[in-house]
Amino acid sequence: MSKNTLTIDGKPVQFKEGETIMEAATRAGIYIPHLCHDPELEPQGNCKMCEVKVNGRNCSACTFPAAEGQKVLNNTKELNENRRIIVQMLFVEGNHLCPGCEKSGNCKLQAIAYSVGMMDYRFPLIYPKREMDSSHPDILLDRNRCIFCEMCVRAGREVDGKDVFAISGRGIGNHLIVNSPSGLLKDSQLEVTDKAANVCPVGAIIIKRHGFEIPIGQRIYDNKQIGEVSVATEKVLEEKIHG
Amino acid sequence: MAEKLKIATTSLGGCFGCHMSFLDIDERIVDLVDIFQFDRSPLTDIKHCSEYVDVGLIEGGVCNSENVHTLREFRKSCKVLVAVGACAINGGLPAMRNFVPLEECLAESYLTGEGIVNPQIPSDVELPLLLDKVHPIHELVKVDYFLPGCPPSGNAFWRFLTDLAAGQTPTLPYGLVHYD
Repeated sequence: MSKNTLTIDGKPVQFKEGETIMEAATRAGIYIPHLCHDPELEPQGNCKMCEVKVNGRNCSACTFPAAEGQKVLNNTKELNENRRIIVQMLFVEGNHLCPGCEKSGNCKLQAIAYSVGMMDYRFPLIYPKREMDSSHPDILLDRNRCIFCEMCVRAGREVDGKDVFAISGRGIGNHLIVNSPSGLLKDSQLEVTDKAANVCPVGAIIIKRHGFEIPIGQRIYDNKQIGEVSVATEKVLEEKIHG
Repeated sequence: MAEKLKIATTSLGGCFGCHMSFLDIDERIVDLVDIFQFDRSPLTDIKHCSEYVDVGLIEGGVCNSENVHTLREFRKSCKVLVAVGACAINGGLPAMRNFVPLEECLAESYLTGEGIVNPQIPSDVELPLLLDKVHPIHELVKVDYFLPGCPPSGNAFWRFLTDLAAGQTPTLPYGLVHYD
């Protein structure tokens, strides 16, 4: 094999110096499930959905550097079962009521749950009490659906240069806060065109009055698996951003 | 011909939407009754499960004392118990009251809400008592299978039940699994 090659599930994959396993996989058109990765943002390893086995050890593919000769396992029964358990934990620790959520069908959490075959919740549901913020004229913040992926936090800081969101609290007390004098979205600098307003993988941050433009049944993941969709869109983005 | 399998269905804290969707199998119900005999169900109006039932379908979450009672009867009688629909699996929309203390829910509905005449909280012995929270059924009894959806489609019911009747673990293709 040529230099700078690793294997993912036995398939040789070329990588560039300094790349992560996720970036190399995306470029090669291999889907590693993820909720908190975006080629445009610095990886942070929050959601643990991209857990892969690298030479026998479990790592987050989005933060782990690619290296010569690594044997990476990704689409295995064991790892997909781990992913299903992580998704189940995300479902029970928030309030994810799909029938009442306008993101349903376009939601990455739901789509990954479908693709790893989540049929039940496994754990007792927590039903945490979370605050909703509908103060902004164009953007709704529903903390019930937040999974703490920090996509909005990073997008605001790295792309929009506005620092609108942050995570406060610890463990089960984690919550998304808004950087404004009142703590409300309407007094923040957030605008509809910001990446932070559009990057949420779930229905926690949504643009108002657009929720039902595309009917249920015709949405992104209604008939296509997230792996297929993700490979098609993110490969282009990855090549555009990192060459 | 082999003896038919017995199937029982009920709705706990649900809207009967799952039952309606079940009937969306349309004329295939004729084929279904060749395989299954309906036991306790709103479709037959039989009030209690036979001693032995092969498949029990439960729609709805556990909201009150009667739901607990019914669920336990089903678990006792049914060899295979299936949580059908969002409410049975995660409490569903009725579980949205879990964020509000029960006392406040009752007060809003029967005492202080808009347009209430002769305010009083119903307390007849005939009425089951509300639980303080709505629970998915797997928190009370062992559940063998889950059929998600709000509601699961007629095709999902059909596939699920025919797989089960054929002695296979029910497997739904991608388009038949929905949480909404």
